Amino acid sequence: MTGELLFASVGVILFALGVAGVLLIGHLLRRVLAFNVMGSGAFLVLVGLAQRNGIADPVPQAMVLTGIVVAVAATALALALVRRLYVLTGKLELSQDDDE
Amino acid sequence: MKRLLVVLGAVCFVVLLLGAMFDLAPASVQLHAAVAANLPASGVEHPVTAVLLNFRGYDTLLEIAVLLLAMIVILATGIDTAADVRPSVNPVLQALAKLAAPLMIMVAVYLLWAGAFRPGGAFQAGAVLAAAAVLLHLVELLPGWQSPSTRLRLGLAGGFLVFLAVGAGSLMRGALLEYPPEHAGRLILLVESGLTVSLGLILAGLFLLLSRDDGDGP
Repeated sequence: MTGELLFASVGVILFALGVAGVLLIGHLLRRVLAFNVMGSGAFLVLVGLAQRNGIADPVPQAMVLTGIVVAVAATALALALVRRLYVLTGKLELSQDDDE
Repeated sequence: MKRLLVVLGAVCFVVLLLGAMFDLAPASVQLHAAVAANLPASGVEHPVTAVLLNFRGYDTLLEIAVLLLAMIVILATGIDTAADVRPSVNPVLQALAKLAAPLMIMVAVYLLWAGAFRPGGAFQAGAVLAAAAVLLHLVELLPGWQSPSTRLRLGLAGGFLVFLAVGAGSLMRGALLEYPPEHAGRLILLVESGLTVSLGLILAGLFLLLSRDDGDGP
C-alpha cells in the first residue's frame, strides 16, 4: 500500500466515523465536531487519491483549500445556531419527537 | 437498533469504498499537466495559487460569498448580549501579544506576497490576520464585536466586492474571470489583497461575534 492510498483509506474511515457520529450523537456540539471529522475525511480522500501516481495535483489541493475555509464558515454558523438554541431553550440537543 | 444499523452501514460503506479505491484505474485526465502547461499565462508562478485565483477563480469567488453569507447569518441571529465576565489577564500575556501582533501582520503580508511563487496566498494570510485578532481578543486588548460599524461592514464585504468587480470587468471583455495574460499578475494581487483583508476580518469576526456574550454562554 502506498502512502497516498493510506491517506485516502484513512480519509474513508474518518468520513464513515463522522457520518456515524452525525447520525448517532445527540449533543449538538459533538455533532458539529463529527461533521468536521467527516469533512476532514473527504479532504484526505481528495488529496490522497489525486497524488496516487506520485505527482501532487494542484487542482484538488486548491479545492481542498477552498473546502477548508468553507468548512470553517459552516462550523462557525453551526456554533452560532447552537448557541442561539441554547439561549432560547437552555438545551444542547434537538427534540427527539420524530425519532425512533 | 438504530445504532446497530448505522454502524453496519458505515462499515459496509468503508469496505465498499476501500475496495473501489484499490481497484481504481489511473486518472484519464492529467490535470497537473494541464495546469503546468498553462501556468505561464496565469500571471503567477505557484500552481495552487494559479488554480485558486485564475483557472478556477469562480470557486474562490463563491467561497468568499459563502463566508460572507455565514457572517451575515451570524449577525442576523442576534445573540443577546450580556456582561462580559472574565478572569483578569496576566500582564505578561498582554505584553507578549502586543509584541506578536505586529509580527503576525507582517507574516500575513509576506504570505500574501509569497503566494505568487510559493505556498502561501490570501487564505493563509487571512488566517494569520484573524489569528492575530483572536489573540488580541483573548488577552483583552481587543473587545468582542457588539455590532459592526459601517467601516467594518465595508471591510467584511470588500474582498467579495473587489472580486466581483474584477469578475464583472472580465465578463465584459469575454468570459467570467478570464484575465488578460499581461495584466493577470496584477489583477490576482489586487483580488488577493482584498480577499486577505476580508478573510481576516470575517474569520476574526466569526470568533469575536460569537464570544461577545461570554458571560452567559454554554
